[in-house]
Order: sequence, then C-alpha cells, then structure tokens
Amino acid sequence: MSREGLLNAAVLLALGLVPLAAHVMGEPFTITLATRAAILALAAVGLNIALGIGGLVSLGHATFFGIGGYAMGILASHVQDYEPLFEWPFLFEGSTSMPLIWLLAVLASALAALLIGLLALRTSGVYFIMITLAFGQMFYFFSISWSRYGGEDGLSIYVRNGFPGLNTLDPIQFFGLCYAVLCLVLLGARLLARSPFGLALGAARQSPDRVQAVGLDPKRLQLVGFVVSGAITGLAGALFADLNRFVSPTMFSWQTSGEIMVFIILGGVGRLFGPVVGAGVFVMLEHWLGDMSEFWHIWLGLLLLAVVLFARGGLVGLLAGRGRAHD
Amino acid sequence: MTEPVLQTRGLVKSFGALRASDGITLDLRPGEIHAVIGPNGAGKSTLIKQLSGNIAPDEGTVHFLGRDVTALSTMARARMGLARTFQVSALAMEDTVLQNAVLGALGAMSSPYRFFRPALKRAELRGRATAALERMGLAGHAATVVSELSHGQRRQLEVAVALTLQPRAFLMDEPMAGLGGEGSKQLTGILDRLRAEAPILLIEHDMDAVFALADRISVLVYGRIIATGTVEEIRRSPEVRDAYLGDAS
Repeated sequence: MSREGLLNAAVLLALGLVPLAAHVMGEPFTITLATRAAILALAAVGLNIALGIGGLVSLGHATFFGIGGYAMGILASHVQDYEPLFEWPFLFEGSTSMPLIWLLAVLASALAALLIGLLALRTSGVYFIMITLAFGQMFYFFSISWSRYGGEDGLSIYVRNGFPGLNTLDPIQFFGLCYAVLCLVLLGARLLARSPFGLALGAARQSPDRVQAVGLDPKRLQLVGFVVSGAITGLAGALFADLNRFVSPTMFSWQTSGEIMVFIILGGVGRLFGPVVGAGVFVMLEHWLGDMSEFWHIWLGLLLLAVVLFARGGLVGLLAGRGRAHD
Repeated sequence: MTEPVLQTRGLVKSFGALRASDGITLDLRPGEIHAVIGPNGAGKSTLIKQLSGNIAPDEGTVHFLGRDVTALSTMARARMGLARTFQVSALAMEDTVLQNAVLGALGAMSSPYRFFRPALKRAELRGRATAALERMGLAGHAATVVSELSHGQRRQLEVAVALTLQPRAFLMDEPMAGLGGEGSKQLTGILDRLRAEAPILLIEHDMDAVFALADRISVLVYGRIIATGTVEEIRRSPEVRDAYLGDAS
C-alpha cells in the first residue's frame, strides 16, 4: 500500500474509532462532533469532484447543501404539522424516512446543479466563480423570504428522521449511519477518479483542446461532473439538517460555500481524503479553539495561509508526498 | 484520380480588415503528405483551425470523406477520424503517458460516461493506447508523468494520441517545432511511414523535413495559395522564390 493509502486508512479508522471510544466512555458530545466532521467531509467530497478533478471553482456549493437541508426540513415539517405536502395527483404527507428524504435531496440538488451548470459553464475562470456565488445568494435570500418554511428563523424538526432498523436518536447509531454513507461515497469517488469519466474530466481541466481533438465535449464532461458533485453535497445537506434537527438559511450562505472549499484546500485539492482530513481538522479547531475565543477563525486563517504557501498538496500532500496515484 | 480525403473550396476568413484566408482551395489525397508552407502571418494557423473546426470560415466549404463538414464541430470531425496534433503540445501534463493515450482511445470509442471500472483496466482502451505508444517508441515511458517527458517525447506523444483515433487523415501543426536535428530526423522517419495509413496535411517551418517528406507542397502567402506542386516544382518556381524561399535559399 502506498503512503497515501496508509494515511487514508488511518484517517478512516480514527474517524470510526474515536466515536466508539466516546460511546464506551459515555461522552455523546464527542460523537456529535465526529458526526459533524463526517457529514462536512461528505459535502466536501462532493465539491472535490468538481474542484479537484474538474477544476471547477464553485463558490456556490452551499446551494446544494442548503437544498439537501431544506428537502429534509420541508418533508419532515409537513409530517410534524399533520399537513399534507400535496393531495393531488396523490396524497403525499411528507416523509420522515431517511432513504426517501435522501433520494429527494439528491434528485433536487442534482437538478439544481444541472440548471446552474448549464448557465455557469458557458463561462470560465472568475466568471464561473461569480455565477455560482450569485446562485448561492439567490437561494439564500429566497429561503429568508420563504416564510412558509420559517424564513429567517429556519425550521426546527423535533424528532430525528428514521432509518429502517436503527434508532437514529442514539448518537452512536446515527454516527454509524453517516460514517457508512461517507465510506460508500468515498469508495464511489475513488472509482470515479480512475474511471474513464474521471480520466476525461481531469483531462478537460488540464487541456480542453486535447479533449476536443479526440472527439469529446469538455463542457459536457464538466456538466456531468458538476451534477454528480452537487448531488453528493446535497446528500450531505440532508444529513446535516438531520444532525441538528434544524435547517436555516445559513446552510445556503456563501460562508458555507467558502467553508466547504476551505476543507478541501486544507486537506488537499483532488486528493481522495483531502476533504475528510480538512473537515476533521476544521471541526477539531472549531471545538478546541472555539472554546478559548470566539475569534478562533484567525487561527484557522493562519493555518490555511501556511498550507497554501508551504504545502500546496494540502495536509494529505504534506504527509503522503506530492503527486497523485496513477494506477 | 482518386477522391480527395480532405478538401477545401474557397475558404475565406477575415479578422477585421485582415484577410487571413483569402479563397483557399486545396485537397489532401489518399496516401500523400501535403505540406503547407508560408512565412509567419501567412494564415497557416487560421487555415488549420478552419480544417479542424475550431473556427468557422466566413465563406467556402470543407469536405471530409466526401461529406460537407463546414458546420460540424471539432468534436464531430474528430469522431469522423480527423486527428490533429498541436503546435504547442496540448496534453494532460499531470497524467501519465498511458493515461493520455487512453484518453484518445476513449474519444475514439466515444465511451467517456462510464463511472466505475478503472479506465486503465479496460482491455479495449488499454490495448489501443499501448499499440499507439509502441509505434511511437513510447511504450517504455507508459508510466511516466507527461510533465517529466522531454520536449521531443511530448511531440511523439502528440502523434501517438492522434494515432489512437485510428484516423482517416492527420492535421499536423508544426510537429517539428522546437525539436533538435536528431529529434527532427527521427520524427521525419515516423511521419514518412505514417502516410500509408492516413494522409497528412502538414504545416511545418522545418524546410529540410518538408522537402524530405512532402509529396506536394502548397505555398501560402497573405492568405492566398500562390503555388501548389511537387517539391521540385516548388523549388523551381520563381514566384515562390520571390515570395518566400528567396531569403531562405
């Protein structure tokens, strides 16, 4: 196994074992922190497909994170209020079942990514960044003004949604579920990176002329990559809302988009476990430094600066060496 | 006479007041190397971009394999078997030699939307890519990252990627650019053998290579073709000597 492979295995193991130990010692708050890290990592794994492989600097991934969150909030709130979501063409009361919520969250965010991608991919570079940012802000202000679903105050869901065979209100069980989803998506992302699609999407970033010259459409490859990317971040949004049992416009804010990107830059752009390492470090800093001072972002900023200046491959690159796997 | 593989009729392309292509009519016949030469600014790059589909002509048509492809995109022409190499190497620099060749095979087989089984473990892609690398003498460098290749090897990889398309015609934009004497000689030998497979429209500054390779030469000056003929005819043409070779020979 390569050094990066060993590092990845160690990270995955640590993320799984820490909450288990916390469970044994009766420290549910640590489990919640680990769950938060796993879900944020999942959101960043999504962005890493667009950013790391496709080179699409999206500053609007909070759009998909928020859509996933509101998919959960809207579906569950109708059940909570005994008010059907719609009665025609069939009666639909909403849902408190995670698999269905996830499916709708993924579909809704994929659709949004398709529409945003169709427009944004007509541009590139800084214009692409601005268009994705603009869409994020549109959703943000729309959610603030949508009073039916809480407007600025957001929506509280009192009981965590269910998953067949699990008691999701038990922190360790909910963690296990999020961890399993993260592992599955990581496996998928690993396959995708090496698949024909991953190869072509990576080439479209490095040399669009070459991709065209062999008869492939770089824009279409990027669009498909953007949709897959948005769908994964949308799934993470649904889980995040379920973790907090609360959704609010903050999920759509540009700061959220920025944080998801920070995880990747911190951990390593285009590295499979970059998002996991980045999100893990972020949650730890937020917890420890956040206890000491509410201005803890200063330290995060300094760390980010150090990584960008001295470790361009992120923390994964620093520990496992430069370059990507080429097998 | 056999039907030309690639043919232009009356291509006109203007950029503002500049007529970069001013009624260009030329053809590429099976089995030949047709070189287009001309001084800097003669409109060679504009011509090749209209052939490959990167820019659309204002007037005139491009026919490929007997079909009017003037309105078709670069991608569509590549899928028909028009393989292009670039003046400045356009390769995925972070990827390996093999990955670049597999990309060509992917394009040729129009199968990029597959998300699971690794590209390099697919026998059909890998076989095609490896065969092309072997022919260009790059098989030993399959696992090398392109950014670590020498300039000459990158030029060879450009041709190898074009080969994976199993093309019906090659468009080569200064394949010898930046090569030393030895590298240039080696690539000349390779192109010489390639013409049997598919004809080559060659844009080239290296006159030794052009005179060694070309079956026919067209001389492009200020967007017009002032002469087309065999190497001997072009060497002897007084018009060409005046316009172009005059200061070179």
